[in-house]
Amino acid sequence: MIETLAQKEHKYTREDFSSDQEVRWCPGCGDYSILAQMKRILPELGVKKENIVFVSGIGCSSRFPYYVDTYGLHGIHGRAPALASGIKLANPDLTVFIITGDGDALSIGGNHFIHLCRRNIDVTVLLFNNRIYGLTKGQYSPTSERGKITKSSPYGSLEEPFNPVKLALAAGAGFVARSVDRDPKHLEAVLLEAAQYNGTSFVEIYQNCNIFNDGAFERFTNVKTKFDHVLYMNNDDAYRFGREHEKQLVWEDDRFSVKEWREKDADHAEVHQPETISDARAIALADMDGLDERPLPLGVFRKRDVETYDTLLTKQIEEVKKTKGQGDLKKLLHAGNTWQVK
Amino acid sequence: MENCKHLEQVTIRFAGDSGDGMQLTGTQFSNTSALVGNDLSTLPDYPAEIRAPAGTLFGVSGFQLQFSSREIHTPGDQVDVLVAMNPAALKVNLRHLKNNGIIIANSDAFSARNLKLAGYTENPLEDDTLAGYQLFAVPVTTLTKQALVEVPLGVRDKDRCKNFFALGITYWMFSRPLDVTLQWIDEKFKTKPNVAEANKKALNAGYNYALSTEIFTTSYCVLEAKSQPGLYRNITGNEALVLGLITAAEKSGRQLFMGGYPITPASDILHYLSRYRHFDVKTFQAEDEIAGVGAAIGASFAGALGVTASSGPGIALKTEFLGYAVMTELPLVVVDVQRGGPSTGLPTKTEQSDLLQAFYGRNGEAPVPIVAAQSPADCFVAALEAARVALTFTTPVMLLTDGYLANGAEPWLIPDPDTIPKIDVPVASAGQEYQPYARDPETLSRKMAIPGTEGLEHRLGGLEKENITGNVTYDPDNHDMMVHLRAEKIKRVAGHIPRPELQGDAEGPLLVISWGSTYGSVFSARDTLAREGKTFSWLHLRWLNPLPDVLDDVIHNFKHILIPEINAGQLIRIIRDRYLVDAKGFNKVRGLPLQTGELVETILTYL
Repeated sequence: MIETLAQKEHKYTREDFSSDQEVRWCPGCGDYSILAQMKRILPELGVKKENIVFVSGIGCSSRFPYYVDTYGLHGIHGRAPALASGIKLANPDLTVFIITGDGDALSIGGNHFIHLCRRNIDVTVLLFNNRIYGLTKGQYSPTSERGKITKSSPYGSLEEPFNPVKLALAAGAGFVARSVDRDPKHLEAVLLEAAQYNGTSFVEIYQNCNIFNDGAFERFTNVKTKFDHVLYMNNDDAYRFGREHEKQLVWEDDRFSVKEWREKDADHAEVHQPETISDARAIALADMDGLDERPLPLGVFRKRDVETYDTLLTKQIEEVKKTKGQGDLKKLLHAGNTWQVK
Repeated sequence: MENCKHLEQVTIRFAGDSGDGMQLTGTQFSNTSALVGNDLSTLPDYPAEIRAPAGTLFGVSGFQLQFSSREIHTPGDQVDVLVAMNPAALKVNLRHLKNNGIIIANSDAFSARNLKLAGYTENPLEDDTLAGYQLFAVPVTTLTKQALVEVPLGVRDKDRCKNFFALGITYWMFSRPLDVTLQWIDEKFKTKPNVAEANKKALNAGYNYALSTEIFTTSYCVLEAKSQPGLYRNITGNEALVLGLITAAEKSGRQLFMGGYPITPASDILHYLSRYRHFDVKTFQAEDEIAGVGAAIGASFAGALGVTASSGPGIALKTEFLGYAVMTELPLVVVDVQRGGPSTGLPTKTEQSDLLQAFYGRNGEAPVPIVAAQSPADCFVAALEAARVALTFTTPVMLLTDGYLANGAEPWLIPDPDTIPKIDVPVASAGQEYQPYARDPETLSRKMAIPGTEGLEHRLGGLEKENITGNVTYDPDNHDMMVHLRAEKIKRVAGHIPRPELQGDAEGPLLVISWGSTYGSVFSARDTLAREGKTFSWLHLRWLNPLPDVLDDVIHNFKHILIPEINAGQLIRIIRDRYLVDAKGFNKVRGLPLQTGELVETILTYL
């Protein structure tokens, strides 16, 4: 994708990416914000729109491809990674996005999701996490907190939730980030960076379902609380948070703890470097859920430079051709021991 | 050759432990027989366990082949010659041997321990168990060791050459030349000259032993078969299928993309295809069966020829995606190498029991064309046709083979690729007015617009489509129309596939209808009866869906209709349903091809 940024002649506007389909999410749904930010970043990619494909599974989020005027596949439940892998490998010149949800990616499609992360095929995954099943009208999801009262758990769910960022990190995704629907500027920046990354990029987006799970992320979006409970991770910045950046995270005893920020910390404080961050620190950041005194991290957790599967496949084909020559059908059919009948 | 007794056809079965190299021995005998011009048909019959404990009954691996101076299409019912490398192999396979058939047994392996493992209380080589057979008890292990005295190899490695000694005996017995196998050994063990030397010595020693001892009095000759002129090679079903797919990709100008997951007996399709990167073949070993087919559909959307291959349990997992391909009307070839079911069933054995799964195994009204290969070499044509229909009609196609076809081999008349017609794929170009669900008036296929084509951006999905535009709609009448359009499209495939030829009269006492690998058994049954001056009419179906018009024309002209299948009766239900005829079945579900003899007996009751 990086090389196509130079294509200045295709300067699109947001409107160029609006399809003729009526958007049918519930009024007030967080999905609208994500769609809007996506339409902002697409012109920035410098990719011709016929070379963009949106692929989704099933769920509210998965209607997304219908609303973007590019190529698209609305897939089946949980299987968007499979479709997207085939698309990208068949034609590596395409820019491929996967739109999925917490149920789609982590429950029915969990297996495909972890293998996508490990293979590092150059696609961008947007997981809309609303911690509920919306399209089927309100059952607990694999990211719902334990004890959640829903239609299918009237006495409270008994399950520990998945932590999507931690799962993606552990499964080997090269680019892992988190943002939130109600912070359009942050979301836009994270989406752009994810889309420009060469390899599997994963973005968890906290998304409010105002019908079945309203306010699930209120703590991290409300101006009254968010400064004390959110850490905005920025490249080369120290881990500071609080309304006046008065608090910081310090790595002690294999975990992050909260300390007061002092000016003299500036010269030695640890700074965030997603390209080189250790697994231990990345996982430790992912483990912070913002429910204790430690904040919830938003931004890019990890951004590694790793050769992609699609590049390796192309290279392998070229290598084999170099040693064996371009395949010749006639020779292929005539291979092995043959004999002539007269 | 002195005492060379001419035979028309011979069936031989090599049997031993899974680790004894019986598949290799059988394959060598097959390749040599093919090169001397015999027609032949093979049946590898091996256990699902990779290395079962030595000497056990369930660890016996067999390889049967029939070779002939006539056209044949089955690996033979009863065997003329059984090579038994241990007591278990004898015990398991004796029931396959004809009366007065020949047994070549490795007497060294008939130890007390092995006899016990095979359930013999007495040594059958020494009591009257084998009365009525021609027994040749040969100390194969000892003789192999003696022959290899000077080769610098360990005892175990020398011991592993004994299958070549046994092969040498059979080469003498059936007047086969040694050179094909000698060359193969040189090539195979290029980097291990001692092993090559030992195997070659063992092969020669076996041959010379049979030649010079007085034990074997007669050798046999099976003359060249009078085959159609041309260039031939020996080929298995899975190999032929792969070549058919690659040919289809080249003829359609598509890249071949195969998404698969390892499963017996279909894995070889993934293995073989993965070798052909220089043909731009992309194989993707997915995390599961579902991802395999999903990636293939994604690749088809991106402009490739998407293929997935599996066996019954894997096909069951792919089901939801097959319906998705029906709805999105994207080309896809789905290979089902059928094996014994249900569930894990008999992984290494053959069966024809996925036909109804292929027809009906999807939610909703989701018809797909179904094609079945009839012999190992025919897998080439079947794969080519499956791909052609998938691309021309923008539809998933089920291609049915089975365990016997997949691993069985026969001579293949190699086609000239230049004579194979091109495959036209309905693809829209930039600048054209594009409606994703506008249809070709003749085929009813829709045009695809491939990502990367400017101005044709569109979205597909599993939700019902509005006719022409492809927009999502829940309109009742539109749904009714689309259900019928999708069905009609598949019916119209009938006009684009070869009509099967009715063998025999268009009316009479009996019409036999067959499909898939039972072709060989019915062919042999007809051949056998013809020699007795008896005949019946026969229609072999390559395409199961849509069914050919010729059936409408003739099916009511027969007093009896008989449908032999290796299942509990599946095609019979479809035929009864469609034509309201009182068809009868001949069904044996033993994990093996139907026996010609049994089929002949059944047919005679209707004549």
